[in-house]
Amino acid sequence: MTNILIAAAVLALLGLVLGILIGYTAKRFAVEADPRIEEITELLPGANCGGCGYAGCADFAKEIVENDANISSCSACSEENFKKIAEILGKEAGNREKQVAVVYCSGDNHKAKRLARYNGLNDCRAAAALSGGGKTCRFGCIGLGSCARRCQFGAIEIRNGLAIVHPELCEGCGNCIDICPRKLIRLVPATSKIHVYCNSLEKGPVKRKACEAACIACKKCVRAVPDSFNAQGFLVRVTEDSNLTEETIREIACPTGALDTVAHHTAANSGKEGAA
Amino acid sequence: MPANEWLLITVGAILVNNIVLSRILGICPFLGVSKKIKTALGMGGAVVFVMGIASFVTACLYHGLLSAKLNLTIGSFQIKNLDMSFTRILVFIVVIAALVQIVEILLQKFSPALYGALGIYLPLITTNCAVLGAAQLNADSGRSILASTVYGICSGIGFSLALLLFSSLRERLELSRIPKAFQGMSIALITAGILALAFMGFSGLVK
Repeated sequence: MTNILIAAAVLALLGLVLGILIGYTAKRFAVEADPRIEEITELLPGANCGGCGYAGCADFAKEIVENDANISSCSACSEENFKKIAEILGKEAGNREKQVAVVYCSGDNHKAKRLARYNGLNDCRAAAALSGGGKTCRFGCIGLGSCARRCQFGAIEIRNGLAIVHPELCEGCGNCIDICPRKLIRLVPATSKIHVYCNSLEKGPVKRKACEAACIACKKCVRAVPDSFNAQGFLVRVTEDSNLTEETIREIACPTGALDTVAHHTAANSGKEGAA
Repeated sequence: MPANEWLLITVGAILVNNIVLSRILGICPFLGVSKKIKTALGMGGAVVFVMGIASFVTACLYHGLLSAKLNLTIGSFQIKNLDMSFTRILVFIVVIAALVQIVEILLQKFSPALYGALGIYLPLITTNCAVLGAAQLNADSGRSILASTVYGICSGIGFSLALLLFSSLRERLELSRIPKAFQGMSIALITAGILALAFMGFSGLVK
């Protein structure tokens, strides 16, 4: 019985002493912090993607308050929270254009020819340094998913050896861009919905042999709508100010399917078709 | 204490009776923060720091108060040879948790750089069983206050060593092709087991 009493007394006393001690230290040595930093941290997405160029959302919030960092460098923040942050700071919200990443390749394992079986480290950069992976095309997606592992929003999917960006999940932080050894990924405004999914600078016939989905520079699209396309050598790009529609794309009917809408490209490559 | 006793404590705590791989304490941070070498080093530093301080404070408490056989007189009450060492688990865990809190506040105030490096790991260690384990082992083997502090720091170094080895292995695993069934935590646990087996090689080094 005495033991129980002793234990209770010791713990009660200890709790009291330590409680007072912690309370005192917390008050005496408190670090003053701007309350706005916490509020803004709450409003930021909290993914710590680093797309803004700072070490994480909390660090970014601190920079916004203390060093007047630009709020719009956060691409993942929702429009509503963005306005609230501007309100806290007493600033104009300004306009932000949402950007999404696009992988300029459509050569999955069925369409792109194989040169070899790659059996090394499961990482695109390692494959690029070693021999360039298994596909014949030296420009296309290696498909080992370095970008997908880097993406914090789960927006990149690897299907049949091809990276597909799901635009509804992509927040445009740009983390995937510099990890791709082939420099296939670019940020584009979310409003541009039509792309030529090929990045090969080889000559048309060489590309044709390497991949069924390459842009072979037949210029069918350029002849149909000259203003909307920009042909450089053996590669055609959709110009930024083009106003192509899905119907026009269907009319043009790109013979290899490299010219495609984002919706169709995503659906076709990540849907059931690809299962093999 | 002769010099070879100190060597015995050091080698024993770091290699032979490694707190993670041989005593199987502190498995939670061992698996939790071992994905990258950088975080492993931060956590290791924080553990060395906290274990050192906690071992010192708990040893002081143990020798000065809990096992001191005090004679107390409260009013007409008289207690002779009061031995409170049976309450040590309770006392140690509360004291360590409070201590880490206080250290964290002080670090934030006086050394923001150190706080930036260790800060996020400190709250993780407040109720870590490895820290409590080091304090308990000190009390069990009746080490002096100085020996307890050295043992605490060396156990922390042993923990960091295990964490560093394990995180390097896990960084390698990240890049290798692992059968689907073993991906993630299962291969990590198998690796931890093999690492512990490897550390068995040190047993017998110190008796």
